Amino acid sequence: MGNLNFRPLWRYQDAIIEGIVTTLWLTVIATLAGLVIGTICALVLRKGPKPVRYLIYTYIEIIRNTPPIIQIFIVFFVFPGFGVRLDPFPAASIALSLYFGAYASEIIRSGLDSIPRSQVEAGHCLGLSGPQVFFHVVLAPALRNIYPSITSQFVLVLLGTSIASQISTEELFHTAGFIDSRTFRSFEVYALVALIYVLLVTAFRLLFALIGKLAFRWPTRR
Amino acid sequence: MRQFSMIDLVALTTALQYTVLLVVLALAFGSPLALFLALLRTTQSTILRLFTAFVLQLVQGIPLLALLMFFYFGLPVFLGVQIPPLVAVTVAFTIYTAVFLGEIWRGGIEAVKQTQWEAAASLGISRWQQFRYVIAPQAMKIALPATVGFLVQLIKGTSLAAVVGFVELTRAGQLASAATFQPLLIYSVVAAIYFAICFPLTLWSRKLEAVLNGSR
Repeated sequence: MGNLNFRPLWRYQDAIIEGIVTTLWLTVIATLAGLVIGTICALVLRKGPKPVRYLIYTYIEIIRNTPPIIQIFIVFFVFPGFGVRLDPFPAASIALSLYFGAYASEIIRSGLDSIPRSQVEAGHCLGLSGPQVFFHVVLAPALRNIYPSITSQFVLVLLGTSIASQISTEELFHTAGFIDSRTFRSFEVYALVALIYVLLVTAFRLLFALIGKLAFRWPTRR
Repeated sequence: MRQFSMIDLVALTTALQYTVLLVVLALAFGSPLALFLALLRTTQSTILRLFTAFVLQLVQGIPLLALLMFFYFGLPVFLGVQIPPLVAVTVAFTIYTAVFLGEIWRGGIEAVKQTQWEAAASLGISRWQQFRYVIAPQAMKIALPATVGFLVQLIKGTSLAAVVGFVELTRAGQLASAATFQPLLIYSVVAAIYFAICFPLTLWSRKLEAVLNGSR
């Protein structure tokens, strides 16, 4: 049994903080871009031309049925083939955005499907205008329905950013490998990094729960 | 440098066996543990229930990659012993499986109405018998689609074992791409192999969902 010694890690606190910031950036970029991709895909899947629908369907299934690490490798290696050198961070951002986008489009589609036509008709009967019906009768309840799925997907992407370390994106997990190679305190390094991820995830879960409570507090039918 | 050839395909196929081995081991060790966790999560004791929920939340907040690194690099250094790669990787995937499958099965158990427990209890059978003969068959039906869905997650997850140098499909891809300098081609082939395994499972999960939920 070795003894625990976290002291050698202290001097790397700047690197750790930088790693955390990069991890958060990656997560936020992937989430925002992914939500845009997901919304577009969900809308086109609803009423787009058939060939485009099949194309989007193929994209979603390919992303959902292959490992993210392979996706990141492919994005990282595909661009040099076209003569564009891509740095690890943008490559990871693109790969993770495409990854989140595939899952988001399924979630958003299920959210739109969760609003029955009769509800829209009921809104019109009450004399609401078109935009009013869209925002209050369709969008707001649909958002509430998909909110839990979107936030848990956010957490999964936050954890998934660790994979970006494999193309040497300098996020938290890459920092861990760097500190490990300098200090040889593997146990402490990976325990600490795991703890940081747990804290980040817990903080976001609490934040999302709070936002959800505040934003969706109108009473439900049930 | 050499061309992508039959040798690489053979290497990938051989490595695929190790991917399958990892999945089988993770399920073999992980699912009993998952059942145990699911039962703890639905037990009548509030303290046990909350404690298990807390532990599960914690472990679910750790990236799979960190689990792998911890058991492969961290723990052996701390304990001062050699842990064979297969053992370290299996332990990490077992924990991953137990935690996520446990949560899925908990959902299945909770989806069975409380009145089913009460009806079973009124037959005078023990708590375990209530679970085994009344709750479990119904919970299994409900949780099956999500379980198959998790299987896809697990297969994709085993690709991370490549990071600690365990030669499964993804690692074999890395080695082949280093030898041939054709990463795009190799990784596309590897992705296609994963897709060929995962996509039928996804379709099956979706079909189960439609069939089993339709009957409820």
